Amino acid sequence: MSTAVGNTIVSLPDQSTAQLPKRHYINNEYGLLSWLLTEDHKRIALLYLFSVTFFFFIGGAFAGLIRLELLTPQPDLVAADTYNKFFTMHGLIMIFLFLVPSIPGVLGNFLIPLMIGARDLAFPKLNLLSWYVYMAGGTLTLAALVLGGVDTGWTFTTPLSTHYLNTHVITAAMAIFITGFSSILTGINFIVTIHRMRCPGMTWFRMPLFLWAHYAASLLMVLGTPVLATTLVLVALERLFGIGIFDPAKGGDPLLFQHLFWFYSHPAVYIMILPGMGVISEVISTCSRKRIFGYTAVAFSSVAIALFGFFVWEHHMFIMGVSSYSALVFSLLTMLVAVPSAIKIFNWAFTLQKGSITFETPMLYCFGFMGLFTIGGLTGVFLGSLGMDIHLTETYFVVAHFHFVMVGGGLMAFLAGIHFWWPKMTGRMYPETISKLAAVTTFIGFNLTFLPQFVLGYLGLPRRYAAYPPEFQVLNVLSTAGATVLGFGYMLPMLYLVWSLKYGAIAGSNPWQATGLEWQIASPPPTENFAEIPIMDHEVYDYEWLANKTKKEVTTVG
Amino acid sequence: MDSALATTDPADLHAEQEHGHVSLPQHRHHFETVEQQREAGSFGMWLFLLTEIMFFGGMFLAYLLYRNWYYPAFVVGSNQLSVRIGTFNTMVLITSGFCMAIGVWAAEVRKRSLLTAMLVTTTLLGVLFLSLKYDEYHEKYELHHIPGNNFNVSMFTNPAGYGIKEAPLPPDMAQKTQVFFFLYFAMTGMHALHMIIGLGILCWLIPRARRGDFSSGYVAPVENFALYWHFIDVVWLFLYPLLYLINRHPMH
Repeated sequence: MSTAVGNTIVSLPDQSTAQLPKRHYINNEYGLLSWLLTEDHKRIALLYLFSVTFFFFIGGAFAGLIRLELLTPQPDLVAADTYNKFFTMHGLIMIFLFLVPSIPGVLGNFLIPLMIGARDLAFPKLNLLSWYVYMAGGTLTLAALVLGGVDTGWTFTTPLSTHYLNTHVITAAMAIFITGFSSILTGINFIVTIHRMRCPGMTWFRMPLFLWAHYAASLLMVLGTPVLATTLVLVALERLFGIGIFDPAKGGDPLLFQHLFWFYSHPAVYIMILPGMGVISEVISTCSRKRIFGYTAVAFSSVAIALFGFFVWEHHMFIMGVSSYSALVFSLLTMLVAVPSAIKIFNWAFTLQKGSITFETPMLYCFGFMGLFTIGGLTGVFLGSLGMDIHLTETYFVVAHFHFVMVGGGLMAFLAGIHFWWPKMTGRMYPETISKLAAVTTFIGFNLTFLPQFVLGYLGLPRRYAAYPPEFQVLNVLSTAGATVLGFGYMLPMLYLVWSLKYGAIAGSNPWQATGLEWQIASPPPTENFAEIPIMDHEVYDYEWLANKTKKEVTTVG
Repeated sequence: MDSALATTDPADLHAEQEHGHVSLPQHRHHFETVEQQREAGSFGMWLFLLTEIMFFGGMFLAYLLYRNWYYPAFVVGSNQLSVRIGTFNTMVLITSGFCMAIGVWAAEVRKRSLLTAMLVTTTLLGVLFLSLKYDEYHEKYELHHIPGNNFNVSMFTNPAGYGIKEAPLPPDMAQKTQVFFFLYFAMTGMHALHMIIGLGILCWLIPRARRGDFSSGYVAPVENFALYWHFIDVVWLFLYPLLYLINRHPMH
């Protein structure tokens, strides 16, 4: 019995009779310890959800303080060095404690075993360990904050970080070092799971694109993060013992730090965006009732992004005295990354073409993603061009570009995914009207915040200063106003999602009429996921298969 | 689910083994078969080793860069290392790797005492390696060749005064030996740290091996640890020529 109302694919069971399943992963065991010692990937996903949300709001608070300070041209809210600590903390928390673990930690953990038809990830204990390692890193970051903060910027650039600052650089560097291991463990777990745990019939090209995206992101985590670890160890040694590896006075080379750091940190932005692209593929397919156009191209473009992502790091260093020949090569390679990204955007657009598009909240976030990510990506091409980069680098243009990709891309995708799989995770629907309002608010607030920053950057306002010339005030006020709207847009889901835990409509197993294996089991799923391991006997995103299956179910019941 | 529960009972396990089924108490419920579990474990281990390669890779990159820039300082620094101890240590490490490999074989053919003996030998050889390494470090400490504020370059600017047959380096190049010694300590130190972790795991494996945990068909921990141990050997096989042997060619 389902009630399809109006122009929507959402089909919920009859609310007067519907019930949550008697036993599921949430009520299977009780007590704090049953959560802290759990090896169930779904419960670990919820642990991640709580912790990344916590860190998101701390990082967001710093963003708010930064924007508040920039409301006026003078540094009048806080002193300049406090401001430095604010943007450093904002960067560290948002990148290492939110963006990197958010989608893999929450949605990846929850969905990868469900989507490939397995009972758990390959290494459940390692999975739990990675959460604890993440929490240890997060706690240490907070310790660096409480002890007095750190003001290197999130990049720990030498020689600033090694010679000129007297803040808690080592504490912060160790925090990020530790957090990195969480990401390595998650990456290993995902790769092994996707290779070894697929159910019968689940070939590589029957995997949902969410899995391809996570696979590519995991490769980056596994290959990139250890290099960050080495780099941070070297920075700590340089500070502690003055060993001279990055110190020109002793024969070292500060540029070597940049090479090592960006060898991880450029791929890291793909760690942040690829899982988001996986989410978008799932939502777009479901909300336009079509197989993703060019499935194979989208799948391979994820791997191509991961591959190219390792060969563009030097574009962060064009003005830092690298050879102009290598700059040329890296500029070209940077342009090449745009190709697989564009392949994705075009294929999503063609999926929409002649699809039966409906406008549920996750889909609104997806549209937000496509628009904002396209702007972010294209401005990335500006920055990748050698001549333009000399003018634009270290200005607000870079800030705006990065936020368009990471917030407009990564965060929009995270919210799309949270809304889309919320009924699966909790068994209840989020409230539709207010969540649409939140999606639209976020989109408007985001553009108001960051579009002015493109102009500011083009006019030459450098980033990371607490003060600016008065003629830039109008654009800065616009940006701060936008940040207020944006903050409101992020508070809303927090409130109504908590509300929906008790009062949301009961979702039933497949509210979206989606084809993934995760939608063919109860919501919330039982602890062991599948009573017996499923057999994937159809192609991925096969809506006819789903229609036949549903028809059959109805006749059996009738 | 039922069969997985049943196999935790030793009596049932025995019965099943007699019927020729591969069923182990260590079989985790979320794996369909024991074979799948074993493959997943070793695949995970290989991936972990890949991350280790990347971890050491950063330091190898630094080595490559500075060696190109400061070749004379690297040669002189390298000549300060004892090729004799280095070579002996290389043999010690290869032998320990060999013992570990025999250990894996012993576990696979279910020879409990041979496995235990091989693990103990591996441990002893590992300790021997580290003791010799400590001796080398100690010598550098006494010569003030540890990078940092106490680093002393006089041996390289005035080798004759120390009775060393070596062309003196100009002061700025002599200062660069510090970079060589930093890399020497960072790379061999990271390698030693990995060995210490390895010895810790060995101390956990040995009592379990004696108890017979790995001689009833469940060899995954031994096998995966062996991969780790061999990896450490391989890292050393790169460190040894790069750090000890760079100037040992016919030109000099």
